[in-house]
Amino acid sequence: MTALVLPAGRTLLRQPIWMFAAAAALIFVGIAPHFVSIGNAQNVLLQSSTIGFLSLGLTIVMINGNIDLSVGWVAALAASLAVGLQSFGVLPAVIAGIAAGVLIGLLNGLIVWKSGIDSFIVTLGTMAAVRGVVFLYTREQSFAAMNLGYSAFGSSFIGPLPTLGLLFLVSASMLEFVLLKTVHGRDAYAVGGGRQASMDAGLKVGWHMTINFVLSGFFAAIGGIALSTQLGASTPDMGSDLVLWTITAIVVGGTDWRGGQGSLVGTVGGVFAIAILRNGLALMHVPSFYVLVILGAVLIAALVWERKLGTI
Amino acid sequence: MVDTQTHGEERKQVPVLRVEGMSKHFLATRALDNARLEVLGGEVHALTGENGAGKSTLMKILGGALTPDTGTIWLEGKKVQFKGTLDARRWGIVLVHQELSLVPQISVAENIFLGNLPRRSFARVDRRKMIQDANQVLRRLECDFDASTLVKSLPLGKRQMVEIARAFSVSPKVAIFDEPTASLSEQDKEILFRAIRDLRRRSVGIIYISHRLEEVFEIADRISVLRDGAYRGTLLASDTDEAEVTRMMIGRNVEHACATAGHAGGEPVLEVIGLSAPGKFRDVSFTVRAGEIVGMYGLVGAGRTEVAEAIFGLRRTTDGEIRLRGKRLHRISPKEAVAAGIALVPESRKEQGLVLNMSCRANVTLPLLDAVSTCGMLDFGREQVVFDRYAQALAIKTTGSTLKVMYLSGGNQQKIVIAKWLATDPKLLILDEPTRGIDVGSKAAIHILVRDLADRGYAILLISSEMSEVLGVSDRVLAMYSGQIVADFDARDLTEHKLVSAVLGDKVDESRLPTLPMSQAIHGK
Repeated sequence: MTALVLPAGRTLLRQPIWMFAAAAALIFVGIAPHFVSIGNAQNVLLQSSTIGFLSLGLTIVMINGNIDLSVGWVAALAASLAVGLQSFGVLPAVIAGIAAGVLIGLLNGLIVWKSGIDSFIVTLGTMAAVRGVVFLYTREQSFAAMNLGYSAFGSSFIGPLPTLGLLFLVSASMLEFVLLKTVHGRDAYAVGGGRQASMDAGLKVGWHMTINFVLSGFFAAIGGIALSTQLGASTPDMGSDLVLWTITAIVVGGTDWRGGQGSLVGTVGGVFAIAILRNGLALMHVPSFYVLVILGAVLIAALVWERKLGTI
Repeated sequence: MVDTQTHGEERKQVPVLRVEGMSKHFLATRALDNARLEVLGGEVHALTGENGAGKSTLMKILGGALTPDTGTIWLEGKKVQFKGTLDARRWGIVLVHQELSLVPQISVAENIFLGNLPRRSFARVDRRKMIQDANQVLRRLECDFDASTLVKSLPLGKRQMVEIARAFSVSPKVAIFDEPTASLSEQDKEILFRAIRDLRRRSVGIIYISHRLEEVFEIADRISVLRDGAYRGTLLASDTDEAEVTRMMIGRNVEHACATAGHAGGEPVLEVIGLSAPGKFRDVSFTVRAGEIVGMYGLVGAGRTEVAEAIFGLRRTTDGEIRLRGKRLHRISPKEAVAAGIALVPESRKEQGLVLNMSCRANVTLPLLDAVSTCGMLDFGREQVVFDRYAQALAIKTTGSTLKVMYLSGGNQQKIVIAKWLATDPKLLILDEPTRGIDVGSKAAIHILVRDLADRGYAILLISSEMSEVLGVSDRVLAMYSGQIVADFDARDLTEHKLVSAVLGDKVDESRLPTLPMSQAIHGK
């Protein structure tokens, strides 16, 4: 579906990150036991969905020239609410979680718009605030999901694809469509690539920025909830590393953090690249210490390579 | 006029500085094209040329800040290549920048010795020596402030003196001054000239870059001219005059440049009455009619861009009225200005006019996204139609509408900006320095285009600091000085001399100009 919508520059072959992911996969085929199996592929897809969802909204925010550091903890808050409020019913709890994400996104957007303060600072602040709320609400306890259907959802399949993975891909396609084909998407690129020119052309800069922050909050919430359905629980430090991996996936996928350039095809490639690397290294029983170091080194190498290619 | 006291016949025959075959390009623009220069020790060698002629680029290369694509530099007969500005300074070339390159948060002394602070043992800075030496230089330049003052507390004129002091803090072989008097009072200018003559007595080779031909003839021994990045020739100051130099600079006779048919103009499209913005401009009034090109000429800082911004809704005004086709515009935003039919092609196309990373097509339709979309969904077909129409009308050379605009040449980029604003179907088109940094061929094409647009009924306000452009294209010319309109000429009976006098504050026609005493005229407000 995505392929039908994409113009030439966005096909997978033109995005170096996809070639990189493919290369990594090929290497693991050779050296990682049990890498080549349908079960493992499904696993990779499932595991990439958390960072995946977070990266969708954040990519658009970054293309727009901003950044949202609060996504990790928004995800954690949404997860905690979706699990913790299940005594009121699963659906209300999930809606509460999503609503929290949307509201925080709205807050971020309005503050950045109206105060003119750089989004880095603003979302650093909201990140800290949300983290505080999470600790207050969970009292640093893990919550187990009361509803068994909830955790079952996390491991469910639609055909050969894990439900969460499928949802991730569908969302990515829809958002890529928005970026490429709608006025809102065009505005995002324009404002990110040339804010003054956009303002002079009469674009509603603040309005569109706010919508993008809402999207970021929304998908952060979805990502958090998705993770909690896999775990069947929410944990107090869920939010810690999420934003780092999310930004890494986005940058390695070719989005310029200064704004004006990037695509979801690239981001999805970055998400998969990281997921494949982690998966392969885990199958090789590499101790988790080394995993981080290797991942870091490999990702820096990918960035240098993309720089040489001129795509960054 | 020329200072004949010092040099006489005995001058070093080997030039202290020689440049040959120097070329430099930035993306698609040729800034320097096989330029050459030769400076003798103990001479003041002036370098003149219009905006974009390549003077600053050449000086930045000599100062070590840029590396040329091709070309050789000989210093005292020896070939040299600079690894950076400090390297150039060590070799003995000192550059006093046009745009001040001072660090405001630190002291004058630290700025003067930036990169080369005097040291004590253990890599500590010798503050006492630094301030002492700096004060010595300041006294020589008759500055009344102490070297320990922080630069940010100094006004612009004094900051310029600090910049100049950097040149006098070492013993250079070559000293380059790039538009040094831009912010100086008449007094400070005299002090500077005295200091330059002193350098000349010490056999330093001095390059003096300036637009102001009066000054050039006051201080220079020889004058070299650059046009469009190429070397045009060198003259002895005593053998020539302003007219000849101007001719070399702009490439044609000044008289011919005024030969446009003065169009009478249709009904008034823009009326500005008594407009004021505190600190920027005061009591500005003029009219632009349909089919008419009104040129707004003045030096940098005269307030022209600010007036344009006010008309377009980017700047608040405290007084006065703006009327578009008779209707009063009150505190509008740029979006409302566009809707009312005003278009502003800004001064700095890269920062303000274009989104460099986006395609040509997307840039052209940026202010019209509603018109090329349905319910928020873009219609690429319609967008292409709009682009094609204007690309053809303006003869924009691009290999494809989806090419990113950053790959276009300066001239074509400017056309994209103009196309974008034409597509909004304006009644009034304001062009702010539309041919800055563009080669002569594209410049001419844009001039023809602007004339054509006027003939089709647009009202055009053209802001420019290039004499030939203003004189050659306009029907009427407004001279702006220090925030005020000092003259309103019909282009038919306008000469370069009248315009220059008006802009520098001299009295030309007493019935037309307000009286401004010289010192107030020079450092303004």
